[in-house]
Amino acid sequence: MRFSLFNLVRQGLRGHADWPEQWRKAEPARSYDVVIVGGGGHGLATAYYLARRHGIRRVAVLDKGPIGLGNTGRNTTICRSNYLRPESIALYDHALRLWETLSAELDFNVMFSPRGVLMLAHTRHEVEVLERHVHADRLAGVDNVWLSPREAKAVCPPLELRSLRFPVLGAALQRRGGTARHDAVAWGYARAASALGVDICEGCEVGGIRVEAGRLVGLETSKGPIATETAALVAAGHSSVLAAMAGLALPITSHPLQALVSEPLKPCFPCVAMSGTIHAYVSQSDKGELVIGAGTDRYPSYGQKGSPPVIEDALEAVCELFPIFRRVRMLRQWAGIVDVTPDRSPVIGESPIRGLWLNCGWGTGGFKATPGSGHLFAWSIAHGRPHPIVAPFGLERFAAGRPIDEAAAAAVEH
Amino acid sequence: MLLIPCPFCGPREEVEMVCGGEAGAPRPTDPRALDDAAWTAWLYGRVNRKGPQNEVWWHRAGCGRWFLLARDTRDDRVLGSWPIGAAPPAGLGLGEGGG
Repeated sequence: MRFSLFNLVRQGLRGHADWPEQWRKAEPARSYDVVIVGGGGHGLATAYYLARRHGIRRVAVLDKGPIGLGNTGRNTTICRSNYLRPESIALYDHALRLWETLSAELDFNVMFSPRGVLMLAHTRHEVEVLERHVHADRLAGVDNVWLSPREAKAVCPPLELRSLRFPVLGAALQRRGGTARHDAVAWGYARAASALGVDICEGCEVGGIRVEAGRLVGLETSKGPIATETAALVAAGHSSVLAAMAGLALPITSHPLQALVSEPLKPCFPCVAMSGTIHAYVSQSDKGELVIGAGTDRYPSYGQKGSPPVIEDALEAVCELFPIFRRVRMLRQWAGIVDVTPDRSPVIGESPIRGLWLNCGWGTGGFKATPGSGHLFAWSIAHGRPHPIVAPFGLERFAAGRPIDEAAAAAVEH
Repeated sequence: MLLIPCPFCGPREEVEMVCGGEAGAPRPTDPRALDDAAWTAWLYGRVNRKGPQNEVWWHRAGCGRWFLLARDTRDDRVLGSWPIGAAPPAGLGLGEGGG
């Protein structure tokens, strides 16, 4: 059932009792043309674009639990494309352009809100680094402007410019950047993919990958074997665990990335503010909660909790930069397990095993890329070769000595 | 806050420490004898184990020494630590390749 004013009024008169389920609860069939392992935003988007743009509809999305409860439900919902390297700018701006029309495309409100992303500089070195980002982005045709401290304050009035620890010397602003509702992205893609015939199989855990003569032939799952010649591993922090089933060792280390939300406040924070020095970023959700991102824990872990020193660092900085928040209470804290690569850039492409595709290594910045990742990955799978925008991101770049050393990824050491 | 048992100093807070990653992958003695695939596998390949693994840690803000630590990456439980070169405590010698 489409979301429309007519249907909203009609369902309202019936007490909202007749809304159908948003996606079918499917059980896996014995074979598929493409199986996506991982029911987060990237996996669901890939399935949607395979069905919608490429007519490949015998597609399954498998998730060991319910969809959207991994990093898709654990990020800080920021969308931006103000990266440094030309390859990354092209990739993330492709995603940002899809964000701008995504609600209409999916007939599902993903609440994309381009409220501006402000990146603060606290040292002379950071001023130079961020100015370089601004120039790199503008040369690539992507909006990013340099602001004086006073101009930054005009964009973000709660900002304290003269903190002793973290004085604001300037800021880069990408006005097209902003936030989107993370759960709605998973639900919207699942709903749209399911309507096109994609099977979304929740509670179906992959336990083995069958390879014969260097080619993928199928998957072993908790709901029985599935025969397929094409599968895509889109499992973020658990990518190494899955790849090991096929004998692959990926250049990935899994770290917790922590975030927390405050009690709801009246609207008081108009943009997204980020600080690379102190690994803290803040926005305000439509419910009024402050959504605060911290850094990654320094040790590898699969435990979705993290350790207090990291959030203490982030909150100290938030209180310095935004003194109005000093007495706000925090409600919830959690961590997502992010898949960090040596060059902070994702791995997208076919693995050395024919038919087994990888889309991982997004690290701390996967959410913003969700529509672009799915769109370009689906194109690549459908054509059997990487889309030109993702071609530089293949696994082979490490052996070739062509890493994409991306300094604009958030919350990681460089 | 993790309490990391330095084998030289005793249990210390994690903020004194630096995790150096998976243990058990020594630098090849003659890198020039390796082909690109073998060199790339050593340089970039990670087990990234979900479960007990052996790691190297550096007590940066303490004695400044490196040591081995066994830790379960599912729940961050520390299983034991020992000096590099010493025999691991009973049950923690989890084998080659990072345990």
